Order: sequence, then C-alpha cells, then structure tokens
Amino acid sequence: MTLIETHENLTQIHKQAVLDFEQKRSSPDFQIQGSDELKAPTEKEVRVVLRNSGVIDPYDIHEYIAKDGYLAIGKALQSMTPEEVIDEVLASGLLGRGGAGFPAGLKWRFARGAQGSPKFMICNADEGDPGAFMNRLLLETDPHAVIEGMLIGAYAVGSSQGYIYCRAEYPQAVKTMIHAIEQAREAGLLGNNILGSNFSFDLEVRMGAGAFVCGEETALMSSVEGRRGEPRPRPPFPAQSGLWRKPTNINNVETYGNVPQIILKGAEWFASMGTENCKGSKTFALAGDLNKPGLIEVPFGITLREIIFDVGGGIKDGKGFKAVQTGGPMGGCLPEKYLDIPVDYKSLTAAGSIMGSGGMIVMDEDTCMVDIARFFMEFTQDESCGKCVPCRVGTRRILEILTSICNGEGRGGDLELLETLCREIIQDSLCGLGQGAPNPVLSTLEHFRDEYEAHIYEKRCPAKTCRALIKFVINEENCTGCTLCAINCPVNAITGERKKVHVIDPDICTRCGICESVCNFNAVDII
Amino acid sequence: METVSTTIPNPLTIPEQKTFIDSIIERNRNKPGATMVVCTELQNEIGYLSAPLQEYVASEMNVPLSSIRGVVTFYSFFTAAPRGKHSIKFCLGTACYVGGADQLIEKAEQVLGIKIGETTSDGAITIEACRCVGACSQAPVITIDEELFGKLSASKMPKLLKKYQD
Ligand SMILES: Cc1cc2nc3c(=O)[nH]c(=O)nc-3n(C[C@H](O)[C@H](O)[C@H](O)COP(=O)(O)O)c2cc1C
Ligand code: FES
Repeated sequence: MTLIETHENLTQIHKQAVLDFEQKRSSPDFQIQGSDELKAPTEKEVRVVLRNSGVIDPYDIHEYIAKDGYLAIGKALQSMTPEEVIDEVLASGLLGRGGAGFPAGLKWRFARGAQGSPKFMICNADEGDPGAFMNRLLLETDPHAVIEGMLIGAYAVGSSQGYIYCRAEYPQAVKTMIHAIEQAREAGLLGNNILGSNFSFDLEVRMGAGAFVCGEETALMSSVEGRRGEPRPRPPFPAQSGLWRKPTNINNVETYGNVPQIILKGAEWFASMGTENCKGSKTFALAGDLNKPGLIEVPFGITLREIIFDVGGGIKDGKGFKAVQTGGPMGGCLPEKYLDIPVDYKSLTAAGSIMGSGGMIVMDEDTCMVDIARFFMEFTQDESCGKCVPCRVGTRRILEILTSICNGEGRGGDLELLETLCREIIQDSLCGLGQGAPNPVLSTLEHFRDEYEAHIYEKRCPAKTCRALIKFVINEENCTGCTLCAINCPVNAITGERKKVHVIDPDICTRCGICESVCNFNAVDII
Repeated sequence: METVSTTIPNPLTIPEQKTFIDSIIERNRNKPGATMVVCTELQNEIGYLSAPLQEYVASEMNVPLSSIRGVVTFYSFFTAAPRGKHSIKFCLGTACYVGGADQLIEKAEQVLGIKIGETTSDGAITIEACRCVGACSQAPVITIDEELFGKLSASKMPKLLKKYQD
C-alpha cells in the first residue's frame, strides 16, 4: 500500500482506485464473497450504511477508497473545523444506533467541551443482544467505513486514541477489523499527522470475553481497563469521565458507519430520510418464524407490518403472526395491533417496547409468550453482573415466579406480584440492564395476559409449548409405523413395530417435541 | 482445590508452553488494561487459565491475584480447566431458542452420553450452551470449534457429531 500523505495523493489514489474497481469487475470470473444474510435490497429497503456491504472486498482498502472512502475525513481535515463537523452531524439528526437513540452530534459536543486529556474514542461492537447481528455484518463487510467514522469523530472531539471493543463471539469481525486497521495504518490514514495535518489518531481492537453487560458503556470501559465488566452510576457520563477517567466518546458501530456519508453528502441529504424526529435508515436483523430472515436496511418511518410481511416475506409455513420482539432482552413483544406504527425510537418506546440495537424476532402462533418472558429473564438473570441488589435478586425472583407459572404451579396473585417486582427493579437498578430487564415481562403481561392466566388458572399452555402442561400422543389414524419418531427420540420413550401404530410412554417422555418435528405424516398430536 | 489441581495439567511445567506464556505476557505487559488482553490470549492459545497460571500471570504482571481471579471468574469465555479436543457450543440466543435449540441439546446429550457443560470421558468433546453467535437467520445454530452449522435439526445431530467422536 502506498502512503497517502497529502490531499493530492488521496485524490490521485481515489481516481486510480475507481478505475481498478471497474476493471476488476469487468473480468468474467470476478466475485465478491457473498453472504446469504444480506440479499439485494427489496423495494422498501435502502442501502445507506450497508451501501458497500457485499459490493466491495472488505480486505482491500483500495476498494473502499474507490467508493469515495476516506474522502470524508479528507474533506473534514481540509475544509472543516471540528466545530463545523459537529454542527453537520448534529444537523443531520443522526441518533446513536446502540439503543438509546441519543443525538450523536450532541455527544461529540460534550466530549469536545470536556476538560482533560487525552480524550478517547470507543466503538461499541459488543452487540450482545441475542438475535442481533447488524454490527457483525457491517464490521465484516465494510470495516473501513467504521474506521473512517471514528476518525471523523476523533477529529471533532479532539482525540488521538481509539478502541474498538468487539465481542469474542465474533472472531471473523475481529480479524477483518485488525486487518483493516493495519491497512489504514500502512496508508497513513491512521497514525501521526494524517493527510499532512496536525491531526493524529490510532486505533486498537479489544476483545470482550462473553459478558452481556459489557455492552453497557461504563461496564465496557471497565473491561477495556482490564477489570471485571461492572457498570458504575452515571453521572459522570463518559464524555466527562470515561476510560481511565478521561473524557471519552462512545458510539455504536452503525452510528460511526453513517458518519462518512453525512460529511460527504451533507446533513440535508441524510435528514431527507426518516421521520420528523428520527432521520436516516436503520439496519435490522430479521430472525424467527419468517420466510426471509436476514439483514435488512430500511428508512425510519416504515411500519412493522411492511418490515415483516413485505421485506421479511411473512410468516413461515403459512402460520399466523403472534408477536414481534424488538430491543433484545431489554425490549418487548408487540402484538398484531401495533404493526402499523411507523418505526422509530419514540414510537416503539411508546408502544411498550424499545428500538434497541435492531434485533427483530418474529414469532408465530405456536410461541408461548410466558415461556418467552421466562427465556429473557433467564438471560438477564444470568447476565446480571451482581453489583446491585435490585437487579441481582429481583431478576432471580421474577425468574422463579415465571418458571413456576410455566410448570403449572402458578398461583393467584402471581401476576400482581410480578408487576410490583418489575416496577421496583426498573426504579432501583444501577444500570440499563436492570432497568430494562422487566420489559419483556411487562410487555407480555400487557399484551398477552390471557396466556398467563391460562397457565395459572386452567393449567393450560395455549401455544402448547410449556412441557409440564402438555403431552405428546401418537395419532393412530395418521401413524404409518415408519419408526422415524422412535429412532429420533432421545430417551427411547416411543415403541412400536414397523408398519404398526407407535406408542409414546408418557412417563419416559420429556416433551422435547423431536418426534413431532421429524414426523412426516402429522401423526404426533400435542394435547 | 487439591484434587482439582492434580487433574488439570499445569502448562508452566511444559517448557514450550512456558516460553509461549512468557511471550504473551511480555508482548502485552505495557498495554493499558493489559489484564484482559493477556487473559484472552492465554485462553485462546493455551486453552484455559488454571489456578497456577493465574498466580503466575498475577506475579509476572505485578497485579494482585484477586484482580486476575476476578476477571477470570467474571467472563464466561475464560475457563479454569481445559475443554475437550472439540468444543461444541449450542446457541441459546432468542432466534435459536425459538427455533428449537433445546431439541438439539437433548439429542446431543443422548448421543454423547453427557450433559451440557460436560466433556466426554475420552476428552474428545465438550458441549456448552452459548449466547447468540450472530448467525440468527440460520437458527438453530451450533458452532464446532471455529466452524458454524446452521439450520440444524435434532435428526441431523447424530451424523454431525459422529465426525468429531474419536
Ligand atoms: C445492558 C446494556 C447492554 C448494551 N449493549 C450494547 C451493545 O451491545 N452495543 C451498543 O452499541 N450499545 C449497547 N448499549 C448501549 C450503550 O450503553 C451506549 O448507550 C451506546 O454504546 C452508545 O452508542 P450510541 O450513542 O452510538 O448509540 C447497552 C446498554 C445496556 C444498558
Ligand atoms: S440467536 Fe442463535 S445465532 Fe443469534
């Protein structure tokens, strides 16, 4: 890689890169390693953050430069003051994509104004929400966009050292980022006196080690410092006192990914997409019982219905829609009646869920909402760092109650007790984990209360999921005696001869449901 | 403690491993926040952070043992004992849970004769549950060593596992 020392260098290399880019693609055997998670955009989608994903080779900085890469930091260094950069980002209306939706420009302004040096930049690539993989895909397919976004932010804030904190579960993303950083450094786009200016900045990747709470900014910084990832109370906010108690700016991967284009194309262009108070586009990871799961990017303001049925292809196997879960373990489950609200940070919060980082899990009619609430509580209870009592003890108590309801041991008064507990945990917890943990319980209690009541008062699981409340039996009319269920049963609970009706021994059966999923003749009934 | 440390090999007694460990510590010693970096590299390269290794790191890096132990016990990625030759992780993230991950686990437990969190007696395979690996559109997903397997079903498990059973 040739060193890019001046703006003239950059212009020349850009020209050459564009030619090379075209030429490479004119060759018949040219191929970008495809990802079946990101398909060509459908009618309702856009490609802003993901514009280069699947288009360029992430391992070649020239390909990024060909797509106007590093021209934005060039523009900022040559013709904008740090204040002007901040004004531009502020005017674009870019909100932080990590979950809380705080205006990025404002955060940068706080960090710029803060006393103390050095100042640090952090990219939050912890992406701990189960069911979310937007950040991973961006890091793996367009790493330089994140680096350039951080560079621009660093220039605006006045920072010379940055960290990308990436979770250990993403080895490929870590590899791609480290490679991209090395390339940028060789090109002189990271390091001292970037593009001949006074601005110097360098970056390092730090890895998480499997703790969800480390996505929370103060816990993350404690982890970068080499300690247990326990959060601390805010204020002081990171902008005042962050990494090693120095002013620190922390943003999400996707937030940074948006920045280069805002600088290059202008705030107005960016603000032309989205809703009144929420500009631009958002990536979502669509998963669950959908025909076309995968990564999507849509403008804010699109409805959940459009996302699920138009972009996501509707519910799998012709089943009915039951709920969409947004916001991960701190989010909520929304039923059919909310499908037509336009998606942005405010509207999802008003509906009783949250935007979160962009995981969206669609559930069909066979999903038990009590079990889902229990699942999320198991997650947060396990991931609670244990520092504050409301979260540590409260999540455990909620989990116990939910488990007993799922086991058919729920009692009258349980739901009211749950609600009280939830409110107290929200109020008294130290960090966003505890404050958000009750959300899945509260939202399912609100929208699917009848399911809770069926479990408690009728000892019945309407979705036929909760093991203690169901039984598997062979449907004698449909069973052909193919033996498939007996072969697959993990506990040998099924007996029967070939071509004769089989029998499930309810005393041995663990209700795992494997027999039902392998049967080709619809011969296993759940009662 | 006594009985545990006799069954867990001590990498410090193997000369090549010790050199390797020293080089990891040396390379990162001066990095700010080095504890996490060193622990991560040791976990990746040595495969576990046994009690003697933790003590060694603490004294070499001149930090209290409690802070090393605190880190090792806090993060689920770190283990004090070696895993099996192959490490199989079952994703229990939301998409995989909804997609029937529990059926995969139940089948694997039967085929291997061990429970989740355990290692087969021949040391070939460890099975664990893990958090979302970010391949949710292919749920349910498992990872075997570094490789990812998606869109699995319980009936596919025996054949898949066979390849890793020595
Ligand atoms: C429990 C918890 C987990 C979080 N996990 C993440 C995460 O994985 N990624 C992320 O960007 N932000 C996460 N956040 C939000 C961060 O604390 C922080 O607000 C965010 O990184 C700021 O970036 P933004 O302004 O660009 O959104 C989490 C917050 C909490 C309370
Ligand atoms: S939930 Fe299993 S890969 Fe995301």
